[in-house]
Amino acid sequence: MDFLNAIVALSNFVIIPAIAYGSQLALGALGVTLIYGILRFSNFAHGDTMAFGAMLAVLITWWFQSMGISFGVLPTALLALPFAILGTMALMLITDRVVYRFYREQKAKPVILVIVSMGVMFIMNGLVRFIIGPNDQKFADGERFIISVREFKAMTGLKEGLAIKTTQGITVVVAIICVVLLFWFLNRTRTGKSMRAYSDNEDLALLSGINPERVVMYTWLIVAALATTAGVLYGLDKSFKPFVYFQLLLPIFASAIVGGLGSPLGAIAGGFVIAFSEVTITYAWKKVLKYLMPESLEPSSLVQLLSTDYKFAVSFVILIVVLLFKPTGLFKGKSV
Amino acid sequence: MSEPVKNTALFVLVFAMIALTGFMQSWNVALLILNMGLISAIMALGVNLQWGFAGLFNVGVMGFVALGGLAVVLTSAAPVEGAWSAGGWRIVIALLAGAGTIVGTVMVRQRMAVGRARNIATIAILVGGFFLYRGIFDPGVEAVEAINPALQGNLGGLNLPVLLAWPMGGLLAAGVAWLIGKTALGLRSDYLAIATLGIAEIIIAVMKNEDWLARGVKNVVGLDRPVPYEIDLQNSSSFINRAEGLGMDVATASSIFVKLNYSVLFAVVLVLIFVMAQLALKSPWGRMMRAIRDNEVAAEAMGKDVTNRHLQIFVLGSAICGIGGAMMTTLDGQLTPGTYQPLRYTFLIWVMVIVGGSGNNLGAVLGGFLIWFLWVQVEPMGLWLMQMITSGMAEGSGLKKHLIDSAAHMRLLTMGVILLLVLRFSPRGLIPEK
Repeated sequence: MDFLNAIVALSNFVIIPAIAYGSQLALGALGVTLIYGILRFSNFAHGDTMAFGAMLAVLITWWFQSMGISFGVLPTALLALPFAILGTMALMLITDRVVYRFYREQKAKPVILVIVSMGVMFIMNGLVRFIIGPNDQKFADGERFIISVREFKAMTGLKEGLAIKTTQGITVVVAIICVVLLFWFLNRTRTGKSMRAYSDNEDLALLSGINPERVVMYTWLIVAALATTAGVLYGLDKSFKPFVYFQLLLPIFASAIVGGLGSPLGAIAGGFVIAFSEVTITYAWKKVLKYLMPESLEPSSLVQLLSTDYKFAVSFVILIVVLLFKPTGLFKGKSV
Repeated sequence: MSEPVKNTALFVLVFAMIALTGFMQSWNVALLILNMGLISAIMALGVNLQWGFAGLFNVGVMGFVALGGLAVVLTSAAPVEGAWSAGGWRIVIALLAGAGTIVGTVMVRQRMAVGRARNIATIAILVGGFFLYRGIFDPGVEAVEAINPALQGNLGGLNLPVLLAWPMGGLLAAGVAWLIGKTALGLRSDYLAIATLGIAEIIIAVMKNEDWLARGVKNVVGLDRPVPYEIDLQNSSSFINRAEGLGMDVATASSIFVKLNYSVLFAVVLVLIFVMAQLALKSPWGRMMRAIRDNEVAAEAMGKDVTNRHLQIFVLGSAICGIGGAMMTTLDGQLTPGTYQPLRYTFLIWVMVIVGGSGNNLGAVLGGFLIWFLWVQVEPMGLWLMQMITSGMAEGSGLKKHLIDSAAHMRLLTMGVILLLVLRFSPRGLIPEK
């Protein structure tokens, strides 16, 4: 019984939150990694792209709610998501046209593009704050839990409860759908194949008649969809706050680099590695250990390795260790 | 227009704008802009040293600025009574144990042969060291934080004159930069950027959470000042006589006098750093740095030690940012770790360097003044603009209220637009590198 209680406590506080957070990071990291693979720079504006997409979803959700449209037990934000994606796609294409294309034609060094993306980051951050303000916004509705603590306890008779929030369930399901679609697109369609070819070897791809502008356009479209989805899922799960998205940049980059920049599979793996490490290292293990240890050995402290405020430090340390010992990441990304 | 004339004109323009603020708004505001402009110029010089001279992409400026602020508390604050005997030494020993663990790990990895034994030894030392560190550390922290937690609960400082805190800020930032450089400088530019971005966040997290160090988010207020207090001036009869002689209100005169004192102090530091940076740029060392920046492989083939030169300039640039950070905290009179934000303390400094002209010290200084002026003044300008735009709208309309309320967020937008415009149409900045 104690063992079961320990497993339930572990799932409730570590495994389920980490899976949800990992899915969100993976979607974010996929966007970063695609831009790195095709456009060959680290996009500092990615966090703010997520914030922009999520903001559109929040606004559309409010509009739907005011018209009385809802999605039953699921959050209305899911209905708003496709429209938000369209809006973000438009913004990405405009940004590329107005800003990035000039530097692509100049064949500017990647580091210049990174600085340019800093400018884009300022503008998007300003836009989001200008439109919706810097404060917390809650926009989740529908059923709150798939299983609540009380139901679980009644069902199993265990002392520990297990809760699965609807948003966590949705996060995982939507993330899986996105990833399947993305991989189908990259591996099976003509455009996807040309994207991979372009990412592998630009010159060869150009020689075989691939239109680079088309590849770049599709990349931005996909990145807009991924970023918006990641942003909305994160906002549903926690809450929407523009500044938090900016801070997500670090774990997202860590995920992409740990997995290997330019490798989509690596981005997903990296997302989960970072999420699980962050959650396990900042979790107070006392509750779980209490069930597993004999009474005499029960820990007196919280058995928390690091305070939760240091979660950035965790992703950072993993990032540094990977960079020092395996610079191409777990899945052999680019290292130019 | 010849170059010196153009540069002088640019500087005259910026200072004229600041003077105009003095005439139109108030001299207090103008001096505030001038003082922060001086500090911004110093920080921009630091970033310019790293990016303009050596091509190092450091986006962790905020961390070094914050360390400079921390140095002010550690140097000039009065020591908290009983804190050192209660747990201060314990904390120091714990930190030494932590450092010893890392040194031990590195030594084991260097000495032992590659294989399973080495991996097991590494993990054993790391895990054992961590628990040893926490075992010594936690009780010490608890004891220190229990001392008068409403007002103190930290170790306090060395009670030295506050002006000493500025070089100390530089030293502290330099020390941390050396540690970071040792691990992260081998990385290529994008990775270095992300690594430094992370380090800055970690430094802020440490300053927010380690209450024993500088009270964390509870802030340290009432730090010493190198200049007289306004209230003392207002009570001194000689000052009152002089203010009345100039026909000024005593309260305004005292605050302007204090700010002018700061301006003089900051200007002295700025000139010192500027002259040194300029000498460094023109020296053989500066030429070598630019050679390394332009072609690392060729420079290495000529026998230049690229890694060590990078480390050197990374430490120097970070130290300058630390000095700027210490000066800023002195000007504020308080250390508030919660207010450090990357957009303001890292990326804004970058905008200054790029707009001013990377690789040119004069350009970085100009960028510091210009961008800081805009950062402050865009808000009232935006408000004015919004009032113009919305003047035709009905009173009490929701959109009008929203637009006017949001005017404060115009500054981020403006900075982004300025950065992109400069990058596009004048990529070498207002005063380009020679």
